[in-house]
Amino acid sequence: MNWPKLIERLEVWRSRGILLEHRGRRLRRRVLIFLAIIGPGVITSNVNNEAGGIYSYSLAGAKYGYAVLWMLVPMCIALFVTEEMCARMGTVTGKGLSDLIREEFGFRITFFVLLAVLVVNFGNVLAEFAGVATALELFGVSKYISVPLAAVLVWGLVVRGTARWLEKVFLTICLVYFAYVFSAFLAGPDWPAAILHLLPPPLLEAIPPVRPLVTPAPLESGYLLILAALMGATIAPWQHFYLQSAVVEKRVGPREYPRVRTDVLVGSISAVVIVFFIMVCTAATLYVSGHREIHNAADAAVALEPLAGHWASVLFAIGLLNASLFAASILPLSTAYVICEGLGFESGLDHKFRDAPIFYSLYTALILLGAAVILIPGAPLVRIAVWSQVANGFLLPAVLVFILMLANRRDLMGEQINSRGFNAVAWTTSAAMIVLTVLLLYINLFRPDVAAQAPIP
Amino acid sequence: MLHATEILGAEVYDVQGHFVGRVREMFIEPAEQPNRIARLLLGRGKYRPLVARYDQVAFVAPGTIRLNVEEQRLEPFRPNEAWLAVRKDLLDQQIIDTNGRKVVRVNDLDLAENRLNGTVELRVTQVDVGLPGAVRRLLQGVVSPGVIRRIQEKLPPKTIKWEFVNLIEPDPMRRVKLRISMQKLAEMHPADLADIMEQLSPVERQAIIASLDEETAAEALAELDERLKTQVVEKLGPERAAEILEEMEPDEVADLLAELPPETSQEVLRELPRAEAEEFSELLQFPENTAGGMMNTEFVSVNENATREEALAWIRREEPDLDQLDSIFLINAQGVLTGVVPIGRLLLAPPEQPLLALRMEPLLSVPPDAVEATVFELFDKYNLRSLAVVDAQGRPIGAITVDDIVHRLWKQS
Repeated sequence: MNWPKLIERLEVWRSRGILLEHRGRRLRRRVLIFLAIIGPGVITSNVNNEAGGIYSYSLAGAKYGYAVLWMLVPMCIALFVTEEMCARMGTVTGKGLSDLIREEFGFRITFFVLLAVLVVNFGNVLAEFAGVATALELFGVSKYISVPLAAVLVWGLVVRGTARWLEKVFLTICLVYFAYVFSAFLAGPDWPAAILHLLPPPLLEAIPPVRPLVTPAPLESGYLLILAALMGATIAPWQHFYLQSAVVEKRVGPREYPRVRTDVLVGSISAVVIVFFIMVCTAATLYVSGHREIHNAADAAVALEPLAGHWASVLFAIGLLNASLFAASILPLSTAYVICEGLGFESGLDHKFRDAPIFYSLYTALILLGAAVILIPGAPLVRIAVWSQVANGFLLPAVLVFILMLANRRDLMGEQINSRGFNAVAWTTSAAMIVLTVLLLYINLFRPDVAAQAPIP
Repeated sequence: MLHATEILGAEVYDVQGHFVGRVREMFIEPAEQPNRIARLLLGRGKYRPLVARYDQVAFVAPGTIRLNVEEQRLEPFRPNEAWLAVRKDLLDQQIIDTNGRKVVRVNDLDLAENRLNGTVELRVTQVDVGLPGAVRRLLQGVVSPGVIRRIQEKLPPKTIKWEFVNLIEPDPMRRVKLRISMQKLAEMHPADLADIMEQLSPVERQAIIASLDEETAAEALAELDERLKTQVVEKLGPERAAEILEEMEPDEVADLLAELPPETSQEVLRELPRAEAEEFSELLQFPENTAGGMMNTEFVSVNENATREEALAWIRREEPDLDQLDSIFLINAQGVLTGVVPIGRLLLAPPEQPLLALRMEPLLSVPPDAVEATVFELFDKYNLRSLAVVDAQGRPIGAITVDDIVHRLWKQS
């Protein structure tokens, strides 16, 4: 043993240790409390309020006002139920979702599931870069500068492994979204109407005195598309893979599981509550003023004007930029992980490129191609963001079916097998998404007259 | 060379050329022969599946198999726990590569043909964990085997020899039937073994710990991630947990017991021999970030009047834990610490040298409630290998060694 060298290194560690000791004790306690509340469930649900989500929610509120709010309650339940299944599977089996699909359904099925995940996640990466581009356009920065910079930043930061503390920074800036809560109150929406719209439309139709307050849900392709986008934005397939891996990586044991369950519940509710305020806010500003299309970030930022006035666009841009970078630093990485793990290739940032070529190539390609597509002159950025969420919605039922089949396997889950209520909610969600998907395809393919009624920007 | 994917799904004809069925599964009978494909399960749609034995196979090619008997001679299928199923137990599952010391997922199996007077035996030679196997799995049945073979020739192969493959079977009964030995795992470095265990599922981790002897289990457990450590111990049951913990270093055990739910650690303590249980409960009193929480209660102390020769004879007889043998504590008749002799000085001293003449200046020690930072500072300032922890009367109650310090600082950075 080389003692002088070890002692020298000890000296470095010691100085760091003491520094931490002095500086960190108070901070650490605060961070611990923060982290105790904010676990993988809350992170996963809130990473969701990324570019694609924000644009979808804003568009939904702007275009259809309160008439889409009824979706939130079933969405919240579905979000909790599906995420909880993944968290539970991660705890019990200690394996990621793609690993389980591979072990139980074989190579070929896994390959196609993961291919679909890759394509859909690529759409989400596009949405993130679209988010960066549109956010910085508000400050007059051209996308030809902002997007390549963001790509290099994301690639470099993650490959150099500084993602851990960065995650916390991003998460903190996510609090910007509370601006929507204040803005919603200041905009003076019709609260009774907004709350009433949380009930399912058929129920409202059945109560005569309420009827004049309620905007009926229009049956047109744009409306269905928005519903699919809302589902896809809130219950994105990638987040199930991500959550399950996070639970496995955090080594959650059966004893800690109740805490994770609470964490998932808090995450689901808080995510949907923010969505509620975004939609109320856009409904009370954009929908009411008749400004019902969203073509760029400036349009969407109008929803924050009651709170921030002229600063609305700055506030919106900060929130959008942060959310986009946050998701852009997580999505390509988690996609590469999921695919390599499922197919059995070496993965992980602790490997050298030579040892995990597929992992690094996938990760790099997702970022490079994502940025490149956004740089195409005249690319319809908001439309890309919203359609990526529709694609999420299309993939969702397929992934849910796998989750459900796995969570109902007694040989895998033992006592922790799915309860009947969970199965009912999850199967209903899958069925609803399949119906919605089929309906949308039908309208777009065979009923161009309906499809033309309310096109998405 | 053939591959499992090319045989699974193959059409099987009997000696007269009648179609019998398709290969649904292949079985190895490890009790008879470790790598021979002993049986083929032939699916026949709604009819009862049949089983062909290895000596009933006359010809094998990708996608086709001919038997040397008539269909009537084949046995009906009855599930057997002692048969290792290629599709169910091997393909897509994780195995341990004992040579490369890591966990990998099986894409395909490479099979060698062994011709013996009119029969063809298939033997598993290696496990494919790379791209060629993946491509084969994806394209088999969609593209002709020739095309697949041409594609895979261009891909970098990645295989593991069958003798280095260690299966992970959580059920101990079946493990015996399948002749799965954990011997190779037990021979690995505990740190490697712990790395492997961290990549497995909870049941598989438990299976590995259960199959190791106490000493190896203790070594591997010590290297395991903190949270997994407690989860594993929790599931062991108090008796086995106590057996393993006895083999571990007292300060590690104390940390571990502190992490367990109070009832569980009480149960484990009850199973431990009395003296050790008392020692651990004492250690448990000290907060983790104090000298008491860092120290180990195993240390070597000899009377201050002893000579080098006497001390060495005593050490040889008592066989103390080697990890704790950095320094020797000197005590007087009242048991009070009077000096510390580093083992290096002892090594160089003549036999008759009294130990008191070898002790380090100044005499350093800390009370058990001294904070971490103080301990770090002393180690740094005096370049210590170990430091005595003393009670209010100045009697040594434990020792902090440099490995404890490195471990803590590493965790904090």
